[in-house]
Amino acid sequence: MRKLKEFIVEKLIFICGLASIFFVVLIFLFLLKEGLAVFKTVSPFNFLFGKSWYPISEPPQLGILPLILGSLLITLGAAIISIPIGVGCAIYIAEIAPLKIKETLKAGIELLAAIPSVVLGFIGMITLVPLVKSVFHLPTGLTALSGSIMLAFMAMPTIVSIAEDALYSVPKTYKEGALALGATQWQTIWRVMLPAASSGILAAIMLGIGRVIGETMAVMMITGNAAVIPHSILAPVRTLTATIAAEMGEAVVGSEHYFALFAIGIVLFAISFAINVTADLFLHKRE
Amino acid sequence: MRNPYRTQNIAFFFLFLATLLIVVPVGLIVVIIIQKGLPAINWQFLSDIPRQGMRAGGIFPAIVGTIYLVTGAIIFALPIGLLAAIYLSEYSKDNLLNRLIKLAIINLAGVPSVVYGLFGLALFVVFFKFGASILSGSLTLGIMILPVIITTSREALESVPYSFREVSLSLGASKWQTIRHIVLPNAIPGILTGTILGLGRAAGETAPILFTVAAFYLPQLPHSVFDQAMALPYHLYVISTQVPNVDEKIRYGTAFVLLALVLIMNLVAIIIRYKFRKKKKW
Repeated sequence: MRKLKEFIVEKLIFICGLASIFFVVLIFLFLLKEGLAVFKTVSPFNFLFGKSWYPISEPPQLGILPLILGSLLITLGAAIISIPIGVGCAIYIAEIAPLKIKETLKAGIELLAAIPSVVLGFIGMITLVPLVKSVFHLPTGLTALSGSIMLAFMAMPTIVSIAEDALYSVPKTYKEGALALGATQWQTIWRVMLPAASSGILAAIMLGIGRVIGETMAVMMITGNAAVIPHSILAPVRTLTATIAAEMGEAVVGSEHYFALFAIGIVLFAISFAINVTADLFLHKRE
Repeated sequence: MRNPYRTQNIAFFFLFLATLLIVVPVGLIVVIIIQKGLPAINWQFLSDIPRQGMRAGGIFPAIVGTIYLVTGAIIFALPIGLLAAIYLSEYSKDNLLNRLIKLAIINLAGVPSVVYGLFGLALFVVFFKFGASILSGSLTLGIMILPVIITTSREALESVPYSFREVSLSLGASKWQTIRHIVLPNAIPGILTGTILGLGRAAGETAPILFTVAAFYLPQLPHSVFDQAMALPYHLYVISTQVPNVDEKIRYGTAFVLLALVLIMNLVAIIIRYKFRKKKKW
């Protein structure tokens, strides 16, 4: 009797162990199931590189190039802002800050990571958007730049915590060796610590960028949502994620519009899959 | 020759500046929301339904909806996540399957939240015909927080010293008895931390509930798991972008309640972790 119970429990544990694989596959399959149907009406090439997104005109025009470029532009902007600041902060926390300040800073970073994106979007709408509007004398502050700044803040917790881990896991002897040879603290950081932690820092940057590409609510609230090919960082844009969030509510189940939004989901899933697998390879390189 | 110490001072100054550039805005965000949101909070705001097209009244249905959704998500995710963590820490061997599971967890954690929304729509709302309901929303959120729960629980289980298991096994206990009576009780604080962090994440997310449960305006409480419901994050989105001329006080008040809910959960998790670290017997 006891043996039977143990047998059942262990099988149950094994099945749950496989749950994460099951769900990843399930997500992918259901995206494919609903999304591939769009390619009956538009070729994959025209879908990815078509220049106009008018999903409810007759016939619908389903080209997501403006959305891809919108996502890229915002991601690029957020990366330019968040990488130097995030890596700088990680170095400060890992190498320079005194122990007490270190703990406080880490708690602060965790706090930032915990703020829901819709709250950040709300704050961005109220503080950042009017600021951008008045500084650059624009008709509207809902621009790619506002989105980039806000998203940089969502990428930073990821970048800081993973980069700090990477610096922390560099063997102590490296640092001691450099210092013993007469290098200053900064020379040690710049010439020894950073190169030794480079693969972990790269993974941190990639995961931060992955977070930015997938971000939805804040971006939808402050980038203006104009589905046109962006010409300037000071113009409104629309991202892949915001398109799904904004339009799925109105799309009729089974319509071409509905299929197209799922196809965008496939693109996003593929991007996040590629980023996460590559980052994981970098993280395990050392072992 | 350049003075290396001058270079160091300049470099450290910039690193400090970078840190300030993160910490100061975070502080400002929290301070602004507390300063402007706290005056809006009173009993009526917390206990009344939204009135006059959400321009007056309270946010009670949204609070209740969020509590239902988070509870549902945890009922689904905790057992699966905990058993998965037990598998990874106690049973799995260092082989290809183990590697695949870890990769799947990383990917599950990285899937954009709006893609979870699509998935929930396709599987629960359309395929299983649950409709837009608390059930669909809870299951979607549950799958989303699964990686958080698995990762933190696994860390908690693995931090129980190996000698504890050896003693138990050498006394004749079976593997499951050892896990049930020795490993799990010692890992509970860590598992609790993970669960609370998962709760916080589920409470704050908007995109996964957009098409699976969230009601634009529903001035009554849900009666069953097959009903739609309002939820705090979606309500904040609606009153700040979809409804014109909402009093700023109501927006800040809603943001304050949501932020407070999420931050309190995180704070509790941090405190549990801190106390546990101090009390550790090994």
